[in-house]
Amino acid sequence: MVNQVQVKNVYRNFGAVKAVDGVSIEIKKGEFFSLLGPSGCGKTTLLRLIAGFETPNFGEILIDSKSMKDVEPNLRPTNMVFQNYAIFPHLNVEENVAYGLRKKKLSKDEKLEMINKSLNLVGLSGLNNRSSNALSGGQKQRVALARALILKPKVLLLDEPLSALDKKLREQMQSELRHLQRAVGITFILVTHDQEEALTMSDKVAVMFDGKVEQIASPRELYEKPISQRVASFIGAMNFINGKVIKDDKKIIFETKIFGKLSLSKKQISGKNQNGKLTLGIRPELVSIRSLKATSKELMMGTIKDISYFGETTYYKISCDKSNELLTVSSQNSFGQISFKVGEQVKFKIDIESVVGFFD
Amino acid sequence: MKFTFNNDTKKGWRLLSAPFIYSLLLLAAPLSLMFLLSFWTQDYLVLDKTFTLNNYIEAFTQPVYQLLFSRSLTISLTVTLFTVLLAYPMAYFISFYGGERKALWLFLITIPFWTSYLLRMFLWKVILGYNGVFNSFFIWLQVIEEPMTFILYNTNAVIIALTHGWAPFAILPIFVSLEKIDRSLLEASKDLGDGPIQQFFRVILPLSAPGVVGAALIIFIPTVGDYITPKLVGGTEGLMIANMIQVQFSKANNAPLAAALSVSSLMIVAFISIVFVLINRKYLRRY
Amino acid sequence: MSRASKYLKIFAYTYLIFLYAPALLLPIFSFNSSQIISFPLTGFTTYWFERLLYQETLHEAFKNSMIVAISSSILATTLGVLASRSSTRYNFTGKQISLTFILAPLVLPEIIVGVSLLTVLIQLGLSLNLWSVVLGHTLLIMPFSILIMNSAFNNLDISLEEASMDLGENQIGTFFRIILPLVFPGIMASLLIGFTLSLDEFIIAFFLTGTETTLPVYIWSLFRFPKELPTTMALGTLLLIVSLILLSLSEYFRRRSALSKDSILN
Repeated sequence: MVNQVQVKNVYRNFGAVKAVDGVSIEIKKGEFFSLLGPSGCGKTTLLRLIAGFETPNFGEILIDSKSMKDVEPNLRPTNMVFQNYAIFPHLNVEENVAYGLRKKKLSKDEKLEMINKSLNLVGLSGLNNRSSNALSGGQKQRVALARALILKPKVLLLDEPLSALDKKLREQMQSELRHLQRAVGITFILVTHDQEEALTMSDKVAVMFDGKVEQIASPRELYEKPISQRVASFIGAMNFINGKVIKDDKKIIFETKIFGKLSLSKKQISGKNQNGKLTLGIRPELVSIRSLKATSKELMMGTIKDISYFGETTYYKISCDKSNELLTVSSQNSFGQISFKVGEQVKFKIDIESVVGFFD
Repeated sequence: MKFTFNNDTKKGWRLLSAPFIYSLLLLAAPLSLMFLLSFWTQDYLVLDKTFTLNNYIEAFTQPVYQLLFSRSLTISLTVTLFTVLLAYPMAYFISFYGGERKALWLFLITIPFWTSYLLRMFLWKVILGYNGVFNSFFIWLQVIEEPMTFILYNTNAVIIALTHGWAPFAILPIFVSLEKIDRSLLEASKDLGDGPIQQFFRVILPLSAPGVVGAALIIFIPTVGDYITPKLVGGTEGLMIANMIQVQFSKANNAPLAAALSVSSLMIVAFISIVFVLINRKYLRRY
Repeated sequence: MSRASKYLKIFAYTYLIFLYAPALLLPIFSFNSSQIISFPLTGFTTYWFERLLYQETLHEAFKNSMIVAISSSILATTLGVLASRSSTRYNFTGKQISLTFILAPLVLPEIIVGVSLLTVLIQLGLSLNLWSVVLGHTLLIMPFSILIMNSAFNNLDISLEEASMDLGENQIGTFFRIILPLVFPGIMASLLIGFTLSLDEFIIAFFLTGTETTLPVYIWSLFRFPKELPTTMALGTLLLIVSLILLSLSEYFRRRSALSKDSILN
């Protein structure tokens, strides 16, 4: 697959603030690529650099192997869907969608056909003459999409497009956007702070902190094999377990209070062993919780300290008998699954293969 | 002031250059020239450009000018006091009781300002005159027998007319600062035991102080230099410094003295305003 | 608390009445048949208005005022748009100071502005005519224009301009297709207010006109003649009505330009 967008060692400062601090990314053609990170991590600045609304202080950006240096936004093969949609209030839906067609020499009929196709694509057929002020948030977003896609950009940039929508609509739009992207086959670059959103829609995700990219990977890899503690705790929930490295050979032997000695393969660990400080992580759903009656090997004992009920899932905080550290365990409230009460004594175990570790 | 030369600077100045140069040529240059002029002397139509402080000495030592300065200041300060006192309750009313018609109230209050100042002050001449509206009205109603003479062609008339003319002006700044007061602060003070009067003096008044200061300055600064009102209703007793400036400039052919008087007025006004603002800053913590 | 609110209400309405009462005298005595402005009223007449039709000098003054008002409002609005756009959109060194300077005429006594301008013009040997008045009025009106346009530009979402560029438009296209239509009400408000201010302005006009007078200067000259008082009242009535209409229109446009959920004032 071809590299469509290349960000090469790009830096952008605003005074003393290093918004983008040496970022290099390669995005393939037709990919749904997300930039994920907390507020202020630089993801929106990076998007605007690709769009042309900001200029890098250093480094370059190439689209289809052409450098975008000194290329104004209106001349780049990108189009953007803005966070607040930026629908022109004095133009109706059709005029908004057709806005960028003004420069192209097309007949009125050709334009109308393109407009209707575009509206159809986003599910707004027939709303041509609707006034912008009469549109709901979700509708405005679709108009913004139609308006951008009608110009057949090589890359579509989306700046937190779903953040203003309520939860149900957001979930609906997530799947719609995914289908849309597959249907038109264009490269999408999406900025979001919502990790669920990034994981659901993307082919690849770049996780950013403080202007730098920490990890680029597929959603599954990000979730199952996070490269650092920061990424691990940003994506989903994670239990962090402390202990001591006893042996660092072909396998790593790690002594913990809760689980005793654990033997881990090097594949599971990220980072280099610089001072023997290693932290383990295990996802809440990968801790199996059983009643006291369970009898299989390697079961530890603990007491339920706290319960959070989320309908589909329940999160238990378990205090481990051997250490007093708290483990968060999630349990699906499925058919036949036992639920526990606060203060109850339980047994639990983990799958050693799903543990990840991080050297500091 | 950090000098940041970037794209913004270029674009910003490109746009600002025309209006800025215009002001430079038509405001800064003339004012500078006037400042220069105040150090020269004029003999009939001939300007003597030797540097001298005589004009300023004359402006500050001659009794006639001293009188005019002090009268202008007195009138202006009195007007400021009256207008602010009248404006505050009005602003309070609109802010707290205006409801949905706040914008309408403000519009009605300020519209007179935009109409001819000349006409409005002229009306006072007509109202306060010997045979004017007031007198004829009250005589007709047989409230008084003789026309009142103390109401026209003196400082009283100037004060009345200026207070009426400038009152709406004081309302707007006070209104804005009252609007800014977070209403939940009022609820908190009530919750903590304040009655309405205490609430006013402990919460509302201090928080609206910047608006009051603004209103005072908005009235004080322009009224000191008013020409029209004293000329129309001041008679000889109510003339103010601006009238003298005009006389020196035209009939007396003494532009340098007029310039010195103008610069002096500006200085005095600036001085008083700064002192006023500083006093307020000292006693009222800034928000 | 409602007793206090009742007093306040009475105060407010009384205030409003006293505010407008003097102005009411204009129409009352314009139609009064007596040549003296005093009570009791003597009878109804339209004579004073009719007289206005025959005053040649009045018509001249009116024409001059029109020229000056239209020119100054256009010039001031143009400069105001530039200054306002610059200040709302960009941050650059010296912005605050230069803007404060441009806005200074708002707080300077008019007579000082008038006298200093006059001095310069005389020193330069330039003749005083309507164009000197236009220059002076523009200086006065520009700050008002800037304040109005600031509100209009601040309400213009910057992402709309970026979206326009993103969709292929250059700066000029964006200006005419997006910026101008959306700040147009502000421009109208500025033009109307500028026109009204110029129409009513006396001091600068008084100092800077040569032989061609404007309306307010003409009215001033009438003050010397007590016999002309009713005619002056009639003229004043007309002027007042025109001003009120223009101001209401301006307010209509200003409100449209400053549509924002947060403040009713803008």
